[in-house]
Amino acid sequence: MSGIGDDMLVDGADETMRVRFVVNGRKVACEVAPRETLVDCLRNVLELTGTHAGCEMGACGACLVQIDGRAVHSCLMFAVQADGARIDTIEGLSESGVIADLQAEFHRRNALQCGFCTPGMLVNAHELLSQVTRPSREAIRDALSGNYCRCTGYEAIVDAIDAVAKARVEARVEVRSEGGSAT
Amino acid sequence: MKPRAFSYFRADTIDQALNAHARAGDDARFIAGGQSLVPALSLRLQAPRLLIDIAHIADLRGIRREGDTLRIGALTRHCEMLSEPLIAEFAPLLRAAAPFVAHPAIRNRGTFGGSVALADPASEFPAMTLALGAEIEIAGPSGSRRVKADDFFIDLFETALQPGELITAVHVPLFRSGQRFAFDELARRRGDYALVGCGILASHTGDRIDDIRIAFFSVGNTPTRVKGAEAALTGFTFDAARIAAAQAALEDDLAPPESDEVPPAMRLHLARVLLGRLLGRLGEGA
Ligand SMILES: Cc1cc2nc3c(=O)[nH]c(=O)nc-3n(C[C@H](O)[C@H](O)[C@H](O)COP(=O)(O)OP(=O)(O)OC[C@H]3O[C@@H](n4cnc5c(N)ncnc54)[C@H](O)[C@@H]3O)c2cc1C
Ligand code: FES
Ligand code: FES
Repeated sequence: MSGIGDDMLVDGADETMRVRFVVNGRKVACEVAPRETLVDCLRNVLELTGTHAGCEMGACGACLVQIDGRAVHSCLMFAVQADGARIDTIEGLSESGVIADLQAEFHRRNALQCGFCTPGMLVNAHELLSQVTRPSREAIRDALSGNYCRCTGYEAIVDAIDAVAKARVEARVEVRSEGGSAT
Repeated sequence: MKPRAFSYFRADTIDQALNAHARAGDDARFIAGGQSLVPALSLRLQAPRLLIDIAHIADLRGIRREGDTLRIGALTRHCEMLSEPLIAEFAPLLRAAAPFVAHPAIRNRGTFGGSVALADPASEFPAMTLALGAEIEIAGPSGSRRVKADDFFIDLFETALQPGELITAVHVPLFRSGQRFAFDELARRRGDYALVGCGILASHTGDRIDDIRIAFFSVGNTPTRVKGAEAALTGFTFDAARIAAAQAALEDDLAPPESDEVPPAMRLHLARVLLGRLLGRLGEGA
């Protein structure tokens, strides 16, 4: 790998490249054109349509996925850049059950209407709660500042995340006190 | 929209990246976090034939002390500015600015070097390199060099970087006792680019200001040091009269551009308000 060949520059622009990632725990290899964004690859090639494409310029947050455990806009990344990465989409997070409580609370509180923004909201909320156990409502709003919702007015979304944060803290306290009484 | 077709090359070393750029010429772009470049490609504001991915070059990573400076690798992500203890201890002004840079997911990928290289006049970090008196470390086809932040930002999106040159790191003098810093910005919505923003680094003996560097962003074509305001404060203390003098000096220091959204007079007013607040905080020992 000493560099690129001239032929690649002139003719190779739309030639596909082979990329490998681990998507939702499964090893995947596919052929993509360099200009194909990760969101297009996920939706069109891998048929994981839970990740949504809205603005395609980083403004709306509908396309959030996790790359190597961190929330990232899949419209702001080409699939070739993700070669070798671990990618978790809303499908994987749902199957694994790690966001089951968030999903249930969104449902219970009508924190979604059309649902277009929901996968991005959940990926974002999941990251927030894994970093801060009990964020203030202001901190929740701050974390969601890059996620647009055109339906709900946000209030129910903030309520849902706030409620889950509280419930998770209480669950932890209970586990600890149960553990304490057992000894 | 979708980008125009291009080729992609992932460089493993600085030399590979420089060589690839030298061979491809003007039609190549480096891509780091891609948080500014990918939207520009998607909107077809730019249409290079080759993208050289520098995000996997180990020599561009890492934060470490080097003598009396902190060397911050170009690939340091915005989120690391928030989480790295070395930043909090030795470059707290960058730590203070980081929460204002975009949104969490963009901070997870955007890089410090990319932000400085792009030199968006509305960006936080380029202006903070001015306030910190940082030096930009550059590698290019004809070797390495260092450029003072004061000489780096030339015009709108124009820097001292020559085509095909890479920022490898930014060197920031270590924060020391006797220094104070302050940062804030005024924006319509958290995560939006600021209407006006400002960062300050001051060195003191007791309450006397020995040296002060004040840098604004979102006030013109480049991040801007306000030397008249700095001079109005140097050698004095943060009393109301000196703060007013510094605010008054902004009239000559800044020349906000015409814009429909924020008329120049309003931007100047906001800059004065912000400077007053920050100097007030510094006076209280912030
Ligand atoms: C919705 C949204 C909101 C944002 N809000 C803000 C904000 O409030 N404040 C803010 O500061 N930024 C904001 N950004 C921009 C973000 O901070 C970018 O990450 C940053 O400006 C560029 O870093 P990058 O690594 O992503 O660079 P890239 O997008 O990869 O590259 C940007 C440019 O710099 C060049 N480049 C990159 N690295 C190097 C290097 N080491 N040497 C030489 N050239 C290099 C590239 O060739 C390209 O021309 C926002 C972005 C989006 C999408
Ligand atoms: S589609 Fe990615 S942020 Fe809107
Ligand atoms: S539920 Fe429709 S956009 Fe959020």
